Amino acid sequence: MYTARANRLTPYMFMAPAAVIMAIALLYPLGYMVWGSFRDWNPSQTIGEAEFVGLKNYITLFYDPAFRESLGVTLTFASVVVVAEMVIGVGLALLLDRNIRGMSVLRTLFILPMMIAPVVVGLMWRYMYHPTVGTFNRTLESLGLPKVDWLGDHALMSVIIADIWQWTPFIFILALAALQSLPRSALEAARIDGATAWQQIVHIKIPLMMPVLIVTALLRLIDAFKVLEVILVMTEGGPGLSTEILALRISRTATEFRELGVAAAMSNYLLMLLLILTVGMFAVTKLQEARAARLARQVQEDT
Amino acid sequence: MPEIRLENLVKRYGNVQVLHGIDLAMAENEFTVLVGPSGCGKSTTLRMVAGLENVSEGEIYVDGTPISHLDPKDRGLAMVFQDYALYPHMDVARNISFALRLQKRPKAEIEAKVREVADIVGLTEFLHRKPGALSGGQRQRVAMARALAKDSGIFLFDEPLSNLDAKLRGQMRAELAIMRQRVQKNMIYVTHDQIEAMTLADRIVVMHGGYIQQQGTPEELFKRPANKFVAGFLGSPPMNFLDADLQDQGGTLHAVGQGFSIALPASKAQALGRTAGAVTLGIRPSDLNFDPGAPDAAAFDLKVQVSEYIGAQSVLVCQTGGAQVTVELKSETPIALGETLRFAVRPEGLHLFDRATEAAL
Ligand SMILES: Nc1ncnc2c1ncn2[C@@H]1O[C@H](COP(=O)(O)OP(=O)(O)OP(=O)(O)O)[C@@H](O)[C@H]1O
Ligand SMILES: [Mg+2]
Repeated sequence: MYTARANRLTPYMFMAPAAVIMAIALLYPLGYMVWGSFRDWNPSQTIGEAEFVGLKNYITLFYDPAFRESLGVTLTFASVVVVAEMVIGVGLALLLDRNIRGMSVLRTLFILPMMIAPVVVGLMWRYMYHPTVGTFNRTLESLGLPKVDWLGDHALMSVIIADIWQWTPFIFILALAALQSLPRSALEAARIDGATAWQQIVHIKIPLMMPVLIVTALLRLIDAFKVLEVILVMTEGGPGLSTEILALRISRTATEFRELGVAAAMSNYLLMLLLILTVGMFAVTKLQEARAARLARQVQEDT
Repeated sequence: MPEIRLENLVKRYGNVQVLHGIDLAMAENEFTVLVGPSGCGKSTTLRMVAGLENVSEGEIYVDGTPISHLDPKDRGLAMVFQDYALYPHMDVARNISFALRLQKRPKAEIEAKVREVADIVGLTEFLHRKPGALSGGQRQRVAMARALAKDSGIFLFDEPLSNLDAKLRGQMRAELAIMRQRVQKNMIYVTHDQIEAMTLADRIVVMHGGYIQQQGTPEELFKRPANKFVAGFLGSPPMNFLDADLQDQGGTLHAVGQGFSIALPASKAQALGRTAGAVTLGIRPSDLNFDPGAPDAAAFDLKVQVSEYIGAQSVLVCQTGGAQVTVELKSETPIALGETLRFAVRPEGLHLFDRATEAAL
């Protein structure tokens, strides 16, 4: 009796140290941040010395035009890159889902951008966008076309292009994997039923890939809200606030403006946004599971 | 409806040739069954007709027109797949109507058609279910209904019943036979189940190793197999094969082997065109009968080892001179295990094959 219970508890005992470390490592910084966001907190103070100001940081932020602009930039950036990456990535996958010689090499090449460290990507694109010596403007010049002020007037667009370049492969790989796991015979049946290549995509491939695509898009969206390094290296948020995404503003608020409390509150706003997305993602997967379970139950009731 | 002709059809995957010149003509409204062991090229042949595989050499004609360069959708055919190949995200009605919707037929016509074929296959109450919520047999019917809805003259089946359990398979086989009488179509049916082949076919085409071994009506193939492979493939339990030598004994030709010397009927001996040589003697289990009084020249002495009771009939597994022989008889025949008994063979049940070429003699 006693040994039986001890045996049952053994796995939990082995897991306990890891669980405790995980809890501390996860919850302590989070709690620290939430706690700090209620204070008027200067980096030279310890958190205990900082004055408690309640929800003041949150309210100030809510009416702060700079924060709002930054939030707007973030939302624009995230939605544009995700939509563009989904369209290009899924489109490429649909094009390259065939057995042509050399296709595996091509696929590997497509994945390369994703493997480069973000800081390197930022540096690379900054040089390419350089007004006088950058590749783009030199090419435009040699073609006799006017130069483009990439990181000036069109900074947000330029940043978006760089992100699309880096993250489209991610969508591409997942979409390709989804495509290749589609039931072959259903596609053959569609060909016999008279579907053109385009009709196969619209009526069979895309609907069957949808569960994977939804989760992929949500993952990408969550990631796009947190992007920092590439933009930091390319524009540092400028010119003006035109590319100052939230993550960048948080880091500047903490280091330049020396307002840790406000930065913490801002982080919490971002965290809430991401939480909503994450919960949305879980809801989507749960919904899919529930639907599958319901179908299975229906079959059992019949038989 | 149309007449289909395959002419010297060859299929290669890289350097491997899997079909070696298939010649086949299928008349109007004929039910042709391609049958053969796994890997013999049945599906490949069917998929080439469907347009899902390229033709390496040769040509396919439908009503005299070559079609091997056409897309599947332009060949005017319907196909039922082994795994049913339903569209998982569409309900039954939308699965059935997919082809019609692509053709942009009027809505009323589509609805009428869906109801009509759903009625034929007995799916009316499931029209709004997704395939995931259907049993195997119901999915099979959806696949059938989807093919029926297309109104095409050619119907292709690739082992449509092989994923069903034995009872359901028998039931669906009967339904298929009934449906086959109702709809006037040219059907090509692939199976490795010889019972399906025998019961459904107007014409059976036995394939092996990428070659057609023999084609003809089920009766022709059963009674006059062209070679040892066809003889052994059709019929259950399978035909017995015994090594024998031809010998002239007092004016009659005998097939002599270990422990037997069977006299061949005069007509058969004449048709043979030879009086000596190594042959294989083939006898179906149902052509042997328990008969203690049979003469030596028409009987085998077999040691009964096992009796497999399968209802009205029993299958005896017997031993003679090192070879195994199965006998099928009525279960009430009194048989004692372990004893050596005499079985008479029906003269028309004797099949002879050349031992080297395996061709029927
Ligand atoms: N894509 C392919 N590449 C290479 N060889 C193939 C390919 N598809 C089929 N084969 C070969 O072609 C031969 C015929 O295959 P097929 O599918 O027609 O057999 P089958 O008669 O339908 O067998 P089964 O009863 O198992 O379905 C097999 O030996 C198989 O290995
Ligand atoms: Mg097959």
